[in-house]
Amino acid sequence: MIRLKPGTRHPVSLTVNGKPQAGQAEARTLLTDFLRHELKLYGTHVGCEHGVCGACTVLVDGRAVRSCMQLAVECDGATLQTVEGLAPSGELNVLQKAFNRHHALQCGFCTAGILISATQFLAENPDPTEAEVTEMLSGHLCRCTGYFPIVAAILDAAGEMRNAKPIQKEMS
Amino acid sequence: MKPVAFEYCRPDTVAEAVTLLDEFGADASVLAGGMSLGAMLNMRLVRPAAVLDIKRIAGLDAISINGEIRTGALLRQAAALANVELMRAIPLLALSLPNVGHFQTRNRGTLGGSVAHADPSSEIPLTLATLGGSVELQSKRGTRRVLAREFFLDILTTQREPDELLTALLWPKAKAGAGYAFAEIAQRHGDFAIVACAAEAVLKGDGSLASLAFGLGGVERRPIVIDTAGFLGKRADAALAAEIAATAAASVEPMSDFKATAEYRRALVKTLGSRVLAEAFEKSGANK
Amino acid sequence: MSAQHVTSVAPAGWVGQSVRRREDAPLLTGRGRFIDDLEPVAGLRHAAILRSPHPHARIRSIDASAAEKLPGVIGVVTGAQIAQVAGIIPSVVRSKMRFQVCATTKARYCGEPVAVVVATDRYVAEDALELIEVDYEPLPGVAHLEDALGPDAPLLFEEAGTNVAQKRDFTYGDPDAAFAGAHKTFKLDYRFPRSMATPVETYGVIAQFEPHPDRYTVWANFQGPFVLQPLMAGALGVPGNRLRIITPPNSGGSFGIKQAIYAYMVLMAAVSRLVGVPVKWAEDRLEHLMASSSATDRTGEVEAAFSKEGELLGLRYKNVVNLGAYIRAPEPASVYRMHSTSSGAYRVKHLAVENTLVVTNRMPAGLNRGYGGPQFYFALERIMEIAARGLGIDAAEIRRRNVVRKDEFPYDSPAGSLLDSGDYEKCLDEMLRLADYPKLLARREEARKNGKLFGIGIALGVEPSGSNMAYVGLAQTAEQRGKAEPKSGANASVTISIDPSGGVTVQLDSTPNGQGHATVAAQIVAQALGVSPEEVDVLTEADTRTIAWSIASGNYSNRFASAVTSAILGCAQKLALKLRQMAAEEFKVDPGAIELAEGAARVRGDPQRAVGVGRLASRAHWNPAGMPAGVSAGMIETFVLDAPTLTSPGDDDRIASAMTYGFVADLAAVEVDRATGRIEIVKYVSVHDVGTMLIPLMVEGQIHGGFAHGLGAALFEELVHDRAGNFVSGTFAEYLCPTAPEMPHVDIGHVSTPTPVNATGAKGMGDGSSMLAPAALANAAADALGREDVELPLSLNRLWELANARPMTTSGTYGGVQKKAASDDLPGSLQGEGTTTLSAPPEEIFRRLLDPEVLATVIPGCSRMEKSGADAFEAEVSIGVAGIRGVYAAKIRIAEKSPPRSMRMDFRAQGKLGNGRGSAVVELAPEGAGTKLTYRYGADVGGTVAAVGGRMLGSVTGVLIAQFFKAFEAYGKAGASAPGLWTKVSGWLGKAKG
Repeated sequence: MIRLKPGTRHPVSLTVNGKPQAGQAEARTLLTDFLRHELKLYGTHVGCEHGVCGACTVLVDGRAVRSCMQLAVECDGATLQTVEGLAPSGELNVLQKAFNRHHALQCGFCTAGILISATQFLAENPDPTEAEVTEMLSGHLCRCTGYFPIVAAILDAAGEMRNAKPIQKEMS
Repeated sequence: MKPVAFEYCRPDTVAEAVTLLDEFGADASVLAGGMSLGAMLNMRLVRPAAVLDIKRIAGLDAISINGEIRTGALLRQAAALANVELMRAIPLLALSLPNVGHFQTRNRGTLGGSVAHADPSSEIPLTLATLGGSVELQSKRGTRRVLAREFFLDILTTQREPDELLTALLWPKAKAGAGYAFAEIAQRHGDFAIVACAAEAVLKGDGSLASLAFGLGGVERRPIVIDTAGFLGKRADAALAAEIAATAAASVEPMSDFKATAEYRRALVKTLGSRVLAEAFEKSGANK
Repeated sequence: MSAQHVTSVAPAGWVGQSVRRREDAPLLTGRGRFIDDLEPVAGLRHAAILRSPHPHARIRSIDASAAEKLPGVIGVVTGAQIAQVAGIIPSVVRSKMRFQVCATTKARYCGEPVAVVVATDRYVAEDALELIEVDYEPLPGVAHLEDALGPDAPLLFEEAGTNVAQKRDFTYGDPDAAFAGAHKTFKLDYRFPRSMATPVETYGVIAQFEPHPDRYTVWANFQGPFVLQPLMAGALGVPGNRLRIITPPNSGGSFGIKQAIYAYMVLMAAVSRLVGVPVKWAEDRLEHLMASSSATDRTGEVEAAFSKEGELLGLRYKNVVNLGAYIRAPEPASVYRMHSTSSGAYRVKHLAVENTLVVTNRMPAGLNRGYGGPQFYFALERIMEIAARGLGIDAAEIRRRNVVRKDEFPYDSPAGSLLDSGDYEKCLDEMLRLADYPKLLARREEARKNGKLFGIGIALGVEPSGSNMAYVGLAQTAEQRGKAEPKSGANASVTISIDPSGGVTVQLDSTPNGQGHATVAAQIVAQALGVSPEEVDVLTEADTRTIAWSIASGNYSNRFASAVTSAILGCAQKLALKLRQMAAEEFKVDPGAIELAEGAARVRGDPQRAVGVGRLASRAHWNPAGMPAGVSAGMIETFVLDAPTLTSPGDDDRIASAMTYGFVADLAAVEVDRATGRIEIVKYVSVHDVGTMLIPLMVEGQIHGGFAHGLGAALFEELVHDRAGNFVSGTFAEYLCPTAPEMPHVDIGHVSTPTPVNATGAKGMGDGSSMLAPAALANAAADALGREDVELPLSLNRLWELANARPMTTSGTYGGVQKKAASDDLPGSLQGEGTTTLSAPPEEIFRRLLDPEVLATVIPGCSRMEKSGADAFEAEVSIGVAGIRGVYAAKIRIAEKSPPRSMRMDFRAQGKLGNGRGSAVVELAPEGAGTKLTYRYGADVGGTVAAVGGRMLGSVTGVLIAQFFKAFEAYGKAGASAPGLWTKVSGWLGKAKG
């Protein structure tokens, strides 16, 4: 059992985007604040801090979750992926390129969270319907685009990913 | 919007968790998925001395289907939905779960957490109560089971004592030949239901009603199950569905808030309830 | 070359190309930099704002001593201290209703800043907020317009003697004669709710004060207009050059709302000065929804006069506008932005407009997408639809008969808007074609035969772009305006330089919030200079210390496409001319013979004679003495675009308030489910004339986004306050923005009539359907429901009421329970009543109700209860539901008593989580040996618990009051010695149920 007292900072270690990371957090420190202000990973954005807007979505152990509703200490030892880790080679990945092509972002503030959700979603649903994409997207607020181009971009990326992986597709 | 300072406790076993609950009592908040607690902490509506993170208690997310159906408190909503066997075993849950929150919240939100939180509009408490399921509560004093229909007392208020940990949900087996239906009205996709209706109906070979459970969420301050004993034996058709729903609508005392009046909720019980009941009747009939 | 001269470009090259945005890659990879990502100075500390939990309260005193002692706290400043370094911010309305950035002696809306804490981090700052003791004297509040105008309305500003900030009448033509001669007239009373744009990124401010001399630097995701900069400097008491404003590389959406951040920029600048450290404040979502800036809600009356043939002869508007608690500049601009366009897209000549501006206990209004447009078009397009029905003319046809015709442009409309170009009939045709209108009409007929509620609604209007900075002056009389320097126009400033290596840098003054200005600018400049867009770097971060800017700078009123693009082109042409002159000298030809293409200046028709643009730039830097005669040194040009048509308002109150006018025509077809109130949008068509489409993909992006805002306002979004001003929609679970599943398919159509007023032919188009969709959807719903009293948002509950002939629930009244409250003696948004039977006789019950010891035992969670006077008690109670518990200081006063039959008590409670006040009447009647107790109460609940828990507020209050009486009865049965009573109360409640 672990007990972490209030009022002091505690070490937190986790793997972010494939790299081990360590920092300090109070028991109450939100994962958003830990990622942004302790690890200086500013790509994860804060939009509402009550789990509705989805801007802060990150992958924790492979699952898209709201990082504003997690404590940093909860994630000690976890494996995280944030928007900074989506294109490690420096070149935009298939999904990111589709977003660019479809003009699926304007201000780009909600985009990181949506890319993260779509990443897990497409890994589990390589051939989604438009309705499924829309349902997945209902966990995010975007005030710029009206969502249409985001749905189109995700569907387009899904198609491209399927075409790029014919072998896996046959296996599945 | 940041939480108050609190102690973070992460027990590894149920025994450790209930010892902590014994120590902190009502000053502890149990953290499972955190989909409701997280927001309340950030808004400082909840100001616990300790947050008990039970997520790493081994086995607390277990599913057993053979014998009685038991889902550990930590079973995530997404994991439940993805478990084909479980969804087959609890068909009503398979219908209601997709209405819970969003893809991202179901990834983290748990069945047990939703039941313990007891939001009157939540789908999982309604499903458990409708089916006649129970919750398992453990404390240093022992383990007890409480029928879901008695567990929910009021808004966010349950029979759980401050020293108790909700450890599992217990689900009755699907009734042979039963038809299940679930529907809700929410302002937007994924919103709290203004009214949710759940039904489990079994028809006899002659089309008469053998058993019926008809549950309503979002209507009163806790999920309620309508007494439908008086309708058993009648011919289960659309007319009966409408009659039962109308009777239910007349008997409920709906909540009123700035999104929906009591009058509107009552009307929805009638129309949505009648649709759901008719669908359950039809499905049971088709199962014959 | 004159500053205004820009050569129009042929629609070729970059124009019309769907290029990929250069803004995207950083944003897609987490490398965008927003305000909260910046730490521009060392030693940054974090601020949190203490906000009034009351809609209206006098501030008697503030004790911050405990907060100051908390470890990690750098300092606490109160409104009174802030007022010493930040003065009043004036508006154009001459009034005693003065706006300061922090409350001093009185708070006038829920969420108004009262004090600020600066600490090592935000967590500690919020801890300290809870330690500040404010002695408030709550005052009756007023949130709804009808209440604010009532004879006994509480006054926000006693010194003004009224809640009416201003009233002005305008007449154009002879409306009385038009109405007198009309075949038929139509009238609609309407109400338009309050909503806001809610970008996903909230406000953020970093402020640093430095002395010797006093100088402020403020980083903020401010969007302009920079007319606010001199106002800010004035409030802070420094000359403009000592208030430096810097905007971050990225801004997470604005839609107008990040204009009003300026009040917080002043606040944090003052805080930095008072505390002596640089401070950062990141607004949280609750703060944003409660206290940033909202669109205005209105009640209004619109009247239209028609000839028999359906010609619109005259219009009369009476607008009653809710500005919120203050007239915060640039308000009342939202009322006047559409004023000179009061005739919409129609040829009507005779107009009367009456504007009544009212203050209430709600957050102040400001820019939000559409800025006055949604409200204006709701009135105009609803009355057009009503008139069509009344005259028996098809709704599309009546509009066709009245829109300005193609050959009438430029069209000087009666209130002064100069409609530059357009083909409205063609847009209408395109809309009807896309809608397959005859088929839609047939479908409506068929649906109605089957008893379904199917309706079609149209709304159309002009979209003003590029604001005349003078239009706000309409809030003054001609005489008042005459006393000041005249105002007009709308400058746009651009600087372009080419460095010695040939790299091109463009500096804009347009502070984008996601609209892709850099991409467009790079395309324009690249074409003008003959280089590739990749070689053009575009800076959109504004810095008032280094860039060329003016009062009109910023990102609002569709300014970029209409004005800034022309300034970019003008500036690029200045540099291009210089390059051509240099090359012309080298090749001994006329500059006109030089073309800039493929990175070089070359002789047209003889591409072998070419010199690289980079080489020419290098030459200008290294060898200024070698410049051709008459050509100035340097490779940097600044260009300031003026808009000569945007003159000052005349004495007749006519003004050309925008540079150019686009056009939008929307059609909605809906079906309403009578049983549930669910509205299905079966068809939505939106046709736009944006002039030249600079980048079509981005045009469509703006159209979709504008529609989404319009849809939200039409169906979901409302900032809800109870009648007293308590705020109850403080989360995204209460304030409902549309999500992906709510979006219907939208058929978009384009008609392009390039504007002659600028060089690109582009009209702005950011507001778009946000202005028309609310009216179109309301028209469709009214058509479906067969009633004209439809009100937005068209929520499930409201549509169900309308579809089932029920009285419509007014917003902010918690779902109709209190419809009866108006005539009740117990005011309050939360109303309840109940009966309980007690075993003791009335005399005994009456005595116990006044016995502090008994009360202490039975009031849930009461830790202290004492008599504070005759029939007055003070108590400390810990109450709540589940984990949501708070400690409240309560005061109870017995206002009337007739022992042993009845008493009336007034109560008030205040705690960290919220506050409540109200009255209850208890009546006792003998029943057997016991008593039948009947109670009724009316209460208002405010503060955090109301703002974020609105959904459950009524029910929770009911729970608590029921708890009280259950405990009271339990006390009677168990006697006074019932320890641990409260642990079981919830259990009884459960069992008592049903």
